[in-house]
Amino acid sequence: MASITLKDIVKKYGDGFPAVKGVSLDIKDGEFVILVGPSGCGKSTLLRMIVGLEDITSGDLYIGETRMNDRAPRDRKLAMVFQNYALYPHLTVFENIAFPLRLTKGQFSEDEIKRKVETAAATLELQDHLQRKPANLSGGQRQRVAMGRAIVRDADAFLFDEPLSNLDAKLRGQMRTEIARMQRRMGTTTVYVTHDQTEAMTLGDRVAVLRKGELQQVASPRGLYEQPVNLFVAGFIGSPPMNFVPGELDGDTLHLPFGDMPAPEAVRRSGGGSDGRRVLVVGIRPEHFEDASLLEEGKKDTGVTFEANVDVTEWLGSDLYAYVPFETNPDVAKTLEELDRDLDGEGLRTQLVVALSSESRVRDGDTATIWLDPAKAMVFDPESGENLTFDADAAKEIDAQNEVDRKASLERAHAREAAAAAS
Amino acid sequence: MMTTRQRVAWGVILVLVMVWALFPVVSIFATSFKLPSELNIGTFWPKTWTTTNYEQILGPDGSARDLFLPALRNSIGISLISTAVAVVLATIAAYAIARLDFPGKRLVLTTALGVSIFPVISIVTPLFNVWRNIGLYDTWLGLIIPYLSLTLPISIWTLAAFFRQIPWELEQAAQVDGATSWQAFRKAIVPLAAPGVFTTALIAFFIAWNDFVYGISLTSTSAARPVPAALAFFTGASQFEEPTGAISAAAVVVTIPVVILVLLFQRQIVSGLTQGAVKG
Repeated sequence: MASITLKDIVKKYGDGFPAVKGVSLDIKDGEFVILVGPSGCGKSTLLRMIVGLEDITSGDLYIGETRMNDRAPRDRKLAMVFQNYALYPHLTVFENIAFPLRLTKGQFSEDEIKRKVETAAATLELQDHLQRKPANLSGGQRQRVAMGRAIVRDADAFLFDEPLSNLDAKLRGQMRTEIARMQRRMGTTTVYVTHDQTEAMTLGDRVAVLRKGELQQVASPRGLYEQPVNLFVAGFIGSPPMNFVPGELDGDTLHLPFGDMPAPEAVRRSGGGSDGRRVLVVGIRPEHFEDASLLEEGKKDTGVTFEANVDVTEWLGSDLYAYVPFETNPDVAKTLEELDRDLDGEGLRTQLVVALSSESRVRDGDTATIWLDPAKAMVFDPESGENLTFDADAAKEIDAQNEVDRKASLERAHAREAAAAAS
Repeated sequence: MMTTRQRVAWGVILVLVMVWALFPVVSIFATSFKLPSELNIGTFWPKTWTTTNYEQILGPDGSARDLFLPALRNSIGISLISTAVAVVLATIAAYAIARLDFPGKRLVLTTALGVSIFPVISIVTPLFNVWRNIGLYDTWLGLIIPYLSLTLPISIWTLAAFFRQIPWELEQAAQVDGATSWQAFRKAIVPLAAPGVFTTALIAFFIAWNDFVYGISLTSTSAARPVPAALAFFTGASQFEEPTGAISAAAVVVTIPVVILVLLFQRQIVSGLTQGAVKG
């Protein structure tokens, strides 16, 4: 058990390419932290620097109270699960899991090793496979063996490097909950790298979003979702992603491509340009739209409605996604294109994704009346990408609540563990 | 599954290849049991089976014994030493080539390739002069060094290819699991590389074992002369008798180690081809 502290960590490769540009992060004891970002953002490099497989160019890494920059990986007492599992193909499952114990040379007797491996195997339901070779296992089983090797010894922290990316969607969901359950039960500090924002949102106590080697925001999943600090975080978190539309500020009104809406207080205060006008980027999450015909009378008046030509609809059972193409404003087109590239996008047509209730009768080619809650819309500065509607107090409150929840669930897990041990 | 026609076709091809490859071997085997006087009667199999030829090269009173046995000793010794040295050096070199990024990496590989395709015959004469001047002529070392030039390049290339297949993560995982670099190499990499090393050793051994040009040019006595060269010095019992029988017998004897080696390492060679899947 230990905390992990990163102070201004920098990684420059031999050719001068800066993969990580000064990341500082405080990971508390027992916390589950996710490093997330699109490919090439430096998240794996950061993890490999923590575990010691990459040299740290500058900055300090503390595990517990000890500075670990120059320690060899084996002296850091960390356990890591690799993306391709890195199982030893010549050893059985039992020996694979026992491998870290055998390296300690005489610290454990043969009986102790057997007991520890069997406990780990039981946790991961691998008892029936202990004598098999990795080559004969399925992807999910290999993944569990890799986790068994990590949990069998008392590591100070677990590090996961995209552990689920080689599994199919169903298995991924199962393993995700399995990892969450295991982490809660063991209460071990965990750092988890992924490019999948669903994994990031569901697993993490806190999520660190990286972009081009720079830390964008560290917050609870809800904090990131509701109070993103900038355009990048807002666009990265959420599925389907947030809609970004140009919004022209004119006094107290924001002109959107499909209608007008009152400008949020914070935006009004920031003011327009010399003539009081200014083009901004407005971000609206798909679920903040609704089919106006399905709303009760009272609610309808709280928002703005507009007519939209629905191009394509996707009915998913729980939701109905409607796609509404729109013309973008050349002033912000460049910002949005760049953002799209950063998010590994394909630079396709500009369209709104609108998540409607599955009862909605809107179909392909319809002209629908869509309702929008302006209070939920976010407004971003197109140059800096900064979220003008960011509410620091609300963000702090969300994270404080999250921290309370985390501690409570850890305690519950420990209590259950103690109860199970007592009975 | 194959259709019957495909199966028949493959069977025919297989038989043709087997005949092509094994006919000379069987022929030499048959000849080695013929009486010297019956060599030219034109039958494939000996009329009377005899071990005269083997007695001649191995027996206590054999006329070619003093030529053959020292040569056999030289061949085994020189081939084993050059194989061992080549494999050890090539393992280290190939590991570095596969794992490290260092300036001159390509240079090492291209030089190795260049050396291995350099025609042996063109270097023999200068080497002969150099060796005589520095006293390496007709010594074991005098053959081991040129043999290394033949065995090292191919060993480096095969092993480098083999090491590249072993996922680096295995070594890193071992290090994170608490292994030192040396332990990670020994416990995670060596067991996986062993089949590759065996295969490479076998190839290197055969190259040294089969060499003729260096063997005949850089030796003059039985102090270092290997078997392929010694065979050329066999003489018949009289001027009118060909030493074919004795040469065939010697050829059969030197083929035996090769067969034994292949049988011994067969498992490793096959597993070297099938093992290695990590992700799958």
